[in-house]
Amino acid sequence: MKPLLLTVLCSWCMTAFAVKEGDIAPFFSLPILDGVQEVGLADFKGKVIYLDFWASWCGPCRISLPQIVELQAELGTDQFAVIAINLDEQEQDAVRFLRRFPVNYRVLSDSKGQVAEIYQLPGMPSSFVIDRARKITLAHTGFKQGDMRMIRDHIKGLINQDE
Amino acid sequence: MNRLILVMILLGLSSCQSVQPWERGALARPEMQLEVGKLGSALYRQVYFSKEASSGGSEVAGAGCGCN
Repeated sequence: MKPLLLTVLCSWCMTAFAVKEGDIAPFFSLPILDGVQEVGLADFKGKVIYLDFWASWCGPCRISLPQIVELQAELGTDQFAVIAINLDEQEQDAVRFLRRFPVNYRVLSDSKGQVAEIYQLPGMPSSFVIDRARKITLAHTGFKQGDMRMIRDHIKGLINQDE
Repeated sequence: MNRLILVMILLGLSSCQSVQPWERGALARPEMQLEVGKLGSALYRQVYFSKEASSGGSEVAGAGCGCN
């Protein structure tokens, strides 16, 4: 019976757990899409962050993109930043996509999915709101009409609370 | 012996890997869809339904991108 129990336990240990609300956001550093400069979470210290994982092949991501652009424009860059992590295996797919739909925030490339692996994304798109203490206060998966209102209110609350 | 086989099977199961949500780019490509052409598929369904009298009976979920 003992080897059986051990096997089951070992299998369970191999399962990674998704980053969830209340956790401290894991640090990362990735190159800017179509560039060489590396940008990481540490570069946005003191700001409330909206971390968005997306890919050009993901339908709901396409719906969310213009709304994230609006969010960044509305909340400004003094206290708030959007960091988008693109997960296209071919960077050029994302570059072509962004040529058609330009954005006003930093887009980093994680073509090998290393940061996605660390965050154990439950679906696409996945986004996280990170407060100034680097704590994840909101974890959101998928995107449908109306979601942005909830996300915007949450971020505004964080900005006002920290002021 | 039976116990050993069971342990081996369980160990084997732990090596089963699922495609992660962020790795589904290839599955979302048009050539990976079950339906190649929308028009052709619509015509095929029309014929299928009239022959089989089973409207909606041929629907299968697409390969999709795994979004949501």
